[in-house]
Amino acid sequence: MTSENTDRNVNEYVTAVVGGQLFGLPIRRVQDVFIPERLTKVPLAPPEIAGVLNLRGRIVTLIDLGLRLGLVREDNGGPAMAIGVEMHGESYGLLIDSVGEVLKLDSAALERNPINLDPRLASVSTGIFRLDGQLLMVIDVDRILDISIHAAAA
Amino acid sequence: MDDLLREFVTETNESLDVVDVELVRFEQDPNNAKILDNIFRLVHTIKGTCGFRGLPRLEALAHAAETVMGKFRDGLPATNDAVTVILATIDRIKEILESLERDQREPDGADADLIADLERIAERTLAAAQKQAVEPARVLRPGEVSLDELERAFRDTPVDPPALKGAKAEKTGKAKPVEEAVKEDDVAKSGSQSIRVTVDTLEQLMTMVSELVLTRNQLLEIVRRHDDSEFKTPLQRLSNVTAELQEGVMKTRMQPIGNAWQKFPRIVRDLCNELGKKIELELQGAETELDRQVLDLIKDPLTHMLRNSADHGLETPAERRTAGKPEQGHIRLSAYHEGGHIVIRIADDGRGLDTARIKAKAVAQGLVSEADIEKMPEAQIHKFIFAAGFSTATTVTNVSGRGVGMDVVRTNIDQIGGAIDVKSIAGVGLSFTIKIPLTLAIVAALIVESSGERFAIPQLSVVELVRARKGGDHRIERIKDTTVLRLRDKLLPLARLSRLLGTDADADREVESGFIVVTQVGSQTFGIVVDSVFHTEEIVVKPMSTKLRHITMFSGNTILGDGAVIMIIDPNGVAQAIGSTVTSQMIVEAAQDRVEETGEEATSLLVFRAGSTQPKAVPLSLITRLEEIDARKIELSNGRHMVQYRGQLMPLISMNANVNVKGEGAQPLLVFSDGARSMALVVDEIIDIVEDRLAIQVTSEVPGVLGSAVIKGQATEIVDVGHFLPMAFEDWFRRKDNPTGARQYAVLLIDDSPFFRNMLTPVLQAAGYAVTAVGSAREALALLEDGRAFDVAVTDIEMPEMDGFEFAEAVRADERYPELPVIALSSQISAESIERGRQAGFHDYVAKFDRQGLIAALMEQTDVGRAA
Repeated sequence: MTSENTDRNVNEYVTAVVGGQLFGLPIRRVQDVFIPERLTKVPLAPPEIAGVLNLRGRIVTLIDLGLRLGLVREDNGGPAMAIGVEMHGESYGLLIDSVGEVLKLDSAALERNPINLDPRLASVSTGIFRLDGQLLMVIDVDRILDISIHAAAA
Repeated sequence: MDDLLREFVTETNESLDVVDVELVRFEQDPNNAKILDNIFRLVHTIKGTCGFRGLPRLEALAHAAETVMGKFRDGLPATNDAVTVILATIDRIKEILESLERDQREPDGADADLIADLERIAERTLAAAQKQAVEPARVLRPGEVSLDELERAFRDTPVDPPALKGAKAEKTGKAKPVEEAVKEDDVAKSGSQSIRVTVDTLEQLMTMVSELVLTRNQLLEIVRRHDDSEFKTPLQRLSNVTAELQEGVMKTRMQPIGNAWQKFPRIVRDLCNELGKKIELELQGAETELDRQVLDLIKDPLTHMLRNSADHGLETPAERRTAGKPEQGHIRLSAYHEGGHIVIRIADDGRGLDTARIKAKAVAQGLVSEADIEKMPEAQIHKFIFAAGFSTATTVTNVSGRGVGMDVVRTNIDQIGGAIDVKSIAGVGLSFTIKIPLTLAIVAALIVESSGERFAIPQLSVVELVRARKGGDHRIERIKDTTVLRLRDKLLPLARLSRLLGTDADADREVESGFIVVTQVGSQTFGIVVDSVFHTEEIVVKPMSTKLRHITMFSGNTILGDGAVIMIIDPNGVAQAIGSTVTSQMIVEAAQDRVEETGEEATSLLVFRAGSTQPKAVPLSLITRLEEIDARKIELSNGRHMVQYRGQLMPLISMNANVNVKGEGAQPLLVFSDGARSMALVVDEIIDIVEDRLAIQVTSEVPGVLGSAVIKGQATEIVDVGHFLPMAFEDWFRRKDNPTGARQYAVLLIDDSPFFRNMLTPVLQAAGYAVTAVGSAREALALLEDGRAFDVAVTDIEMPEMDGFEFAEAVRADERYPELPVIALSSQISAESIERGRQAGFHDYVAKFDRQGLIAALMEQTDVGRAA
């Protein structure tokens, strides 16, 4: 958990846009970024589970980050993208609108969530970075994948 | 943990398992020097290795046990007491090994207690032998000490560890070279034949092979699309090699079921001591192999069942003596292969299940009503032991009866796609039969399509495929909201897959055609309706994502040859969704059995409406088919409504004047067929099919209505089908079955139930017979006494006062009517009752609701009469 703080307290984040909002995922949790193809919908699944797909022989569960966070994903003309993450040996893909660059950010600059943040966002965010012209919300992958609790509450 | 230690632990554990089994064998057969030698050698090896590894606790224990066994070898009796202590020692060694594996060092603690016990036994057996050999039953002289006291002195003397060590050193010094040589010999022999591989390595290999299978499937799919590909031949070879590799790897995962049974002799032995029973355990087919994964999953259920048999099943020796059985109880475990399954049976010769107690408990737990359970056959009642939270043992012993009973066993077995059945005969014994698939990793599955998505259904649970088409042989019929398929005279409940999965775009879509995958789960059979069926494929089962595991409809997912991921349907989940939990399913089964076995008590009734709001009902078994026809196809001919039906004109009869034949839309019909002829009753609406007791409480004056009965809490008119049949068939019957001039045969109908008399009389009249119906066998005999002549008698079996058997015997015994054939009508068609019927002099035996069978039997018997 401390190994990523190599020099000073700089963390790297993979950035992604969902419904116009910029998000950052800790890079050590990101396996890969891919374009989801041949998605199989799973009947009776929670709505935020977009389906499952075969990624190089592994079965990946694709989670619609828009639906998960209560945002509306935007059609930006390009193909939808997914960020591959893993939890407890299982592969997941987080469906996003587009993927951005990898940013190095000093953890000292991480600010706490504003108290009036949408509870659905607040429940998965570990803090906010103020970038030039926009805010980057850092999301906790484990909490994003904690769908059962979310589904029970919904 | 270093490799050497790991190997030591594994090896020692294995040796100990063998010692366990061998010791129990030895106890039963103390003169078998070979078994003893084997035990001795194993224990000695353990001791030697412990010394080498520097594990003093283990070494001391093993040494003490070895000493006692050395005494056995010197010809001293292996008492129950002695074996118990040695077994306890082995358990202790296992405990130490366990923590050794965990912490990589011996746990703290002392074993002086056990070692003292062992020493005591070694000394006592020696002393006892001396007593026998040197001082046979001699009265003690003054000043002498008795042996018992000596023994006590031995016991109380603290054990001196240094002395022990010395003894050990001496012993090993002498014995080791020989034993070592033996061991080396063993290694030389077996070393080239088997190697030890960790399970992880095998699992990984299996995963890789699974991937290879997938890749091959993908390649095959690609080549399938390019007809004249040069890849074809090498790919074929690749395919074959892959298949062989898959088989080979699967084989490495196979283990003899005996591995799961290894501990059983010991368990039974301990239970014998604990419970004061004598039990013989017989193991058959221990070499039968099955997948390691499956083996692990059934180990616990089997152990549980074995304990149950020993604890609840088998009686105490005293009880057995009283019951006239040998004192020693018998438990037999057997296993064998059958198709892609392994069948395991565990049978005891104990008291069997306590039906009365199961009944009481089932009612107390609200699983079934008291009235219902009284009608259930025993076998059905016994199945309640599989219901959740069901345990009949009134006292909780520490052997079994902890409340997690057979329901847990059943759940475990269900999870691996297996089935369990129970057979019990009171006082004779109880047997469980478990049927489970050999492997779970790669299974053959049927690929189907529903609402544009593909799904896999495991082939193991698929019984057959039926194509249903409008107007075809197999048609989907509707009973209100339920769809059923009439398949070989059985009604098969159907569930549309798209509806179960909520993917049906148009939920109200008329279900008329489709492929029906007839599926069996346990004893429940149902049909899954899908849009199309592709092919079967060997699929690699991958577990569902934890986020999706709550969906009971799926048991996993898989990657198909074309790279797509599809869901694997879990037949258990579908069975549940169809609306039958274990208990309700049993009740349905029971209800069906009831209809078959005790027809008078509960009957399947079709409830419908015709002409009034009051529901009407007719026994379902009388109806050939339910139809909904387009009202525009109804034609009026010669003042009668007709419809073209299966290439014939079928007359339509209105149930009463208030029922109007519809001018448009769908017209529901109840179709009755007799041979090639069909007629239909026009009704307003079909409501439901119910199972209920048919007791007519108010008889009716209205023609066509037998009377009223309370069905599912509602007053319902019971329709007299016999009244309507002649309205359509009359002339036809006369012409065909009773040509002019031919004598009308006289039938004597005996049945104590007015309902059946009323129902059968018109049916038989319509078939051209002159019917005299009476309510008892006495009345029938009185009629015969009066000199009334009948060509044939049809009698019910179960009647008060004088039953059908007695009636037949009375007829046979009377010389006046030697030729009178007697046909039995019965709801109980068992081999036993047919045999009894033959002895009583029945000419034929017909099921109570089998109208056509009865008419066929009548024709046969009257023909015989004519010929004679």
